[in-house]
Amino acid sequence: MSNTTTTEPEAPAIESPLARLSPEQLDEIGRELDAIRDRVMSDLGDRDRRYIESMIAMHRRLAILGRVLLLASRKRPAWIAGTAVLSAAKILENMEIGHNVMHGQWDWMNDPRIHSTTWDWDNVSPADAWKHSHNYEHHTFTNIRGKDRDLGYEIMRIDPEQPWHPVYLLQPLYNLLLAAFFEWGVALHDINFEAVRKGKKPMPKVREELRAIGAKVRGQALKDYVAWPLLSGLAAAALEAGLSRREAKSGRRRRGGLADVAARAPRRGTEGFRATAKANATANVVRNAWAYAIIFCGHFPDQTYTFGEEEVEGETRGGWYVRQLLGSANIEGSPLFHVASGNLGYQVEHHLFPDMPSSRYAEVAPQVREVFERYGLPYNTGPFGRQLGMVQRTILRLAFPGGKARPKP
Amino acid sequence: MAETGAPPRITTRRRRALRAMRTLFTPLLPDDYLELINPLWSTRELRGRIERISPEADNAASLLIRPGFEWPGHLPGQYLRIGVVVDGVHHWRAYSLTTEPGRPDGCIGITPKLVPSGVVSPYLVRRARPGDIVRLGGVEGTFVLPSPPPRRVLFISAGSGITPILSMLRSLDRSDALTDVVHVHSARNAERVIFGEHLRELGARREGLRLHLRLTGEQGRLAPADLDRICPDWRTRDAFASGPAEMLDALHAHWKADGDPARLEIERFQPIVGAAGATAAGGRVRFLASDVEAECGGGTPILVAGEEAGARLPFGCRMGICHTCVGRLRAGAVRDLRTGEVHDTPNKAVRTCVNAPEGEVEIEL
Repeated sequence: MSNTTTTEPEAPAIESPLARLSPEQLDEIGRELDAIRDRVMSDLGDRDRRYIESMIAMHRRLAILGRVLLLASRKRPAWIAGTAVLSAAKILENMEIGHNVMHGQWDWMNDPRIHSTTWDWDNVSPADAWKHSHNYEHHTFTNIRGKDRDLGYEIMRIDPEQPWHPVYLLQPLYNLLLAAFFEWGVALHDINFEAVRKGKKPMPKVREELRAIGAKVRGQALKDYVAWPLLSGLAAAALEAGLSRREAKSGRRRRGGLADVAARAPRRGTEGFRATAKANATANVVRNAWAYAIIFCGHFPDQTYTFGEEEVEGETRGGWYVRQLLGSANIEGSPLFHVASGNLGYQVEHHLFPDMPSSRYAEVAPQVREVFERYGLPYNTGPFGRQLGMVQRTILRLAFPGGKARPKP
Repeated sequence: MAETGAPPRITTRRRRALRAMRTLFTPLLPDDYLELINPLWSTRELRGRIERISPEADNAASLLIRPGFEWPGHLPGQYLRIGVVVDGVHHWRAYSLTTEPGRPDGCIGITPKLVPSGVVSPYLVRRARPGDIVRLGGVEGTFVLPSPPPRRVLFISAGSGITPILSMLRSLDRSDALTDVVHVHSARNAERVIFGEHLRELGARREGLRLHLRLTGEQGRLAPADLDRICPDWRTRDAFASGPAEMLDALHAHWKADGDPARLEIERFQPIVGAAGATAAGGRVRFLASDVEAECGGGTPILVAGEEAGARLPFGCRMGICHTCVGRLRAGAVRDLRTGEVHDTPNKAVRTCVNAPEGEVEIEL
């Protein structure tokens, strides 16, 4: 991808609103946003703790409920209900809990467990590698071309200023694969193969990270594809054996007689095993597709800007805030939608204040919007369907050469 | 990482069962689910439930705590690190255990005194309710009653310094070893004697305990020379003293000049920081990871200066025990406010809660 010669101009095709602001205005914006942040951070207390504890308790209850329903996964209704509940649990754990705890949003509680240094999530991507590539690289260099590796995740052409390469013709296909297997994409992305290829990342470090992924994959696979399916299988076989014994005792005969029970119980067990393994795989894919959709809506809708490195040279705190604003887009939705999306529908607020508890984004959003509108800056937001639709259109269009930056507010 | 409770003592069978189930719950533990049913069941850290809270004199309260698992035991006189959640934040403090080891009900007790400007003691004394869950950290301290206990004992305490002494008295009482004990306790006035009732009852029941109460509001502070009158045979007793620093310093000097200092054990509580009269030069501290700078006075711990400047720093016991607050020293020198020692080894892990800067300092936090 980088072996094509870059003929594209480095200067942005569309003037960034960043260039319209004077240094004094940027400083003033910085001060106003700092004040919003300080007000919330000094107000954190019991109410916030109750919120995250209730989310964590809810995840654990849903997870157990889903797993228990799936012990009867041979029955269609149980399979559907169990898969739905487990998917919901995994989504909650990934988005509102895992992502946000690992951002350090709850570190102020000084809780040894609900803490960015100790949290691990139900995901094949190891916590440490993710925290580096996400918290540090992506949140620091947000939407800077060539520095923010989350801009298209190095495999997609998401910005017309990225040079085209024939491999991008396959982009619509691996876009779908990425949606289904997002957690795997994230895990591999964290390795940063580009840096490995260029020799910028020492091999022992790479080996260590691969080992960490291996350990996570092993644990996740054992849980979702061996241990719980095995329990379902055992439950199904035991139920079958129990039913047959009772029938034999009560004198009623079933087709085939006792000899058949010996054959039937293992068969039921195998069915239970398979049904639960399938349910768990489905729940993982549902969670992955949801995470993919929310995250792609964060920075890739038409309204967002990308930046050249020269645009952010000597960036001040105010400038950093404005870049976060211009590079992010919100999604409008109900309170339930915001919980399910880990409050990343407030992508702008999240990027301005990545370590503020997510439950506070809704309350600061109007204040943030008011500040930016006063300076004539766009505040990007839209309904979920529209934002996701724009992203998909971009992915399809930019699979082919050319393409212009979409008009921006 | 934030400070956490001590690992509880659990049976091998339980540990094996929990380990066998880990596969089902990774990356969480079975404990994470069990604690939804009962927070005391977590085997990650020892927790306890407050069973009873009884107000004591002088704005103190005695808390009786039932540990979630078998109490690993302590020596009379030791202190316990205890973690509580106040306004959403975990805080850790150390309090002397006031109960004797081996209570038949398996409970342990502490008696915090209210420090109105504090965080943890107002919670424990005023807001905590029976049923609340607390976290139980390690038991520490070398101010302990030896085993077997000395035959002739002199206890000297003042104010809330009585707490470790009470554990010793109760322990002697439980083992019928309260045979020849003199206890000299100072309090401002009669209403402010913590455990006053309890001490009187014990004195009435045990002939071997002679109680001497000094009300400093009327009689003035205890001078070491008064001991010749109150307890003429003080030189021949094993003495244990706990209270304010001035009293301890005076007693120590007295034993050194006129007795055998090896027979005097002392417990220093507050002020832990600056106990040895240590003050640093002070200076500017740069917290590299937080990107915060703070001006830090010579008697102020680096942690406090950083927090006041708005840095979010890890903290635990705030007394140099738990090592939660450590950061690597990248440049400069620090002085340990407890011992007066100076450290300037680059990359040394220093405890920010008990060290102050000797000039400009950079720390990786």
